[in-house]
Amino acid sequence: MQLRRIMNICRSNLPGVAMRITIYTIIGLLSVAIVFYFMGRSDGSMRQNTADIVIVPPGEFLYRTSGEFNKNNRPIDAPLKKIKFTKPLTIMRAQVSEMDYQKCVDAGGCKPLSQSNPSRSDFPVVGVSWQDATDYANWLSNQTSEIWRLPTDIEWSYVAGSRFKDDALALGEDADFAQRWIARYDLESARKLEGDHKTQKIGSFGENEKGLLDIAGNVWEWTNSCFSRNNLNADGQPANEPFVVCGIRITAGQHRAYVSDFIRDARGGGCAAGIPPSNLGFRLIKGEEGSSLFEKLGSIIRR
Amino acid sequence: MINRRNALLLTAISAMTVPSLVNSEKAWAEEVSKLPRKKVDLVPAPNVHPHDQVAKDGPKVVEFRMVIQEKQITIDDDGTKVHAFTYDGDVPGPLMVVHQGDYVELTLVNPETNTLEHNIDFHASTGALGGGALTIVNPGEEVVLRFKADRAGAFVYHCAPGNVMTPWHVVSGMNGAILVLPRDGLKDGAGKSLQYDKIYYIAEQDFYIPKDEDGKYKTYDTPLESFPDMEAVMRTLTPTHVVFNGHASSMTGAKALPAKVGDRVLIIHAQANRDSRPHLIGGHGDYVWETGKFANPPLLDMETWFVRGGSASAALYTFKQPGIYAYVTHNLIEAAMLGGTAHFKVEGEWNNDLMKQVAAPRPITKTDKK
Repeated sequence: MQLRRIMNICRSNLPGVAMRITIYTIIGLLSVAIVFYFMGRSDGSMRQNTADIVIVPPGEFLYRTSGEFNKNNRPIDAPLKKIKFTKPLTIMRAQVSEMDYQKCVDAGGCKPLSQSNPSRSDFPVVGVSWQDATDYANWLSNQTSEIWRLPTDIEWSYVAGSRFKDDALALGEDADFAQRWIARYDLESARKLEGDHKTQKIGSFGENEKGLLDIAGNVWEWTNSCFSRNNLNADGQPANEPFVVCGIRITAGQHRAYVSDFIRDARGGGCAAGIPPSNLGFRLIKGEEGSSLFEKLGSIIRR
Repeated sequence: MINRRNALLLTAISAMTVPSLVNSEKAWAEEVSKLPRKKVDLVPAPNVHPHDQVAKDGPKVVEFRMVIQEKQITIDDDGTKVHAFTYDGDVPGPLMVVHQGDYVELTLVNPETNTLEHNIDFHASTGALGGGALTIVNPGEEVVLRFKADRAGAFVYHCAPGNVMTPWHVVSGMNGAILVLPRDGLKDGAGKSLQYDKIYYIAEQDFYIPKDEDGKYKTYDTPLESFPDMEAVMRTLTPTHVVFNGHASSMTGAKALPAKVGDRVLIIHAQANRDSRPHLIGGHGDYVWETGKFANPPLLDMETWFVRGGSASAALYTFKQPGIYAYVTHNLIEAAMLGGTAHFKVEGEWNNDLMKQVAAPRPITKTDKK
């Protein structure tokens, strides 16, 4: 168990090459049809199923690296990186619904949720751990003979578009850790809305410019990316290999949060100080992750 | 024991003493009527109305007015609701501050819009069940009670209409605290004066909210409809919520309690019903009047202090480091899962002498021998 937590390799679903080729072919054939299918839709409260996907075209963006960064033994903002996707991303338009998750439970592919939850088709499932979400992805992949998995933090940040909230504090590199701590606390407090914990109907938080629903609403989404610590030298170059902890995964939403993979309700599993995610849910991306899908361009851009 | 002989004796004593009692009553009444009067506007927790730490002059009559409000309040971020009984509209009732020797004169109003009778029992007062027997007011009535604050300390007050109504009213939020300061202010055990730059009032409230078959908290149209279910939960002695100042996040996030490095902060912690154990994570209690009574010397350098159910404590602490401090009841299940957490947000400069991260977390550099 402990070993697994600190392993550097944390991909859960490694598909074969043949599968990958098949998937790309299918995506290629279907994407035009699907784009047309969605162009006619405007209301956000559609029924969630595996057909409800969005094809996000290739492009590039500035990515705020995940993980914690120290420079000369002082915490700093994570560096910005230019990321380019050369192939489209196929991702669920909405978060996985209560009903869809229940189907997986009924089929024996997913663990039941701790509380007696309703299984509505138009509400996102919450109270799921990274392990639950991964179970669902594996089950759905088997059901559909397609590859479904959690997105990486980079992919999520890209498809989140303008809804991605940069978590840089921009205090400069001289700020001590208490100043950064207070600034982060204030940032998270300001984002917190009164009574915003109750999940809303799918679509309630609207659609972003890439066609995805409810990005950065009150449900944080599990990603496959692991927590990492990074030490930079005075030149801003890595001083050593990042220390990667895959027992802690990145959840993406109103702010980035690092949550242990077995936690279903981060409010019950957070620290004494700090504002944890309101709800934990997920959406899946189709196809294998890999360097073939994107390439990191340029060097680290420092702030 | 009253037997015939004692009764006769009592009669004899009464015969002798009654005239003098009447006289002293008269003298006393004249004395009080001559005292200056001061009207105080109460403010909701965690704030405390403006007051002098050292009394500038002699005893006075301090006038307060509280309007009892029965109202539905939300007690956590999930929107759990309870029909609260409140002194002056909030859970907890406001902190009242006077000096030892002052007279507290409270006008207690029970508006016609309420549904139940209420009263108030001041632990700081002497006689008549803490004033409870003299303050029972029905909807549409008000009462004026005066008592002498003859002991210095932080004391709880609460509603106590009798039988099961008493705990029900108390766990529905109908409690608060009064701070009776020594006329010459707070002192350490050696007689040295102690001042505070800020005072925060934290009252801990245990709630017993019934759940439905699905495990969801129930809501009710009226307080009386909720009573049978709530009584059953109360009997388990297991609260569903243990929160500070009426809500699980009343003092976190944007509402975290502000302070600066160097601030001397007095924290009044009241619990009207149940034991508690305040702890400031990352800090201490420099001077703690654990029982809340200032005739006793304060305890020093406390890590955690104990608040007996039905009492209020006072803790004085000077913040030495910036950052976020969690102030919890150190049953951490109650702190993290039932709501008993407040945050202090302390600005200032970090002191590397007190604490320093010598090496940031890094891969293990040396293999330990087993």
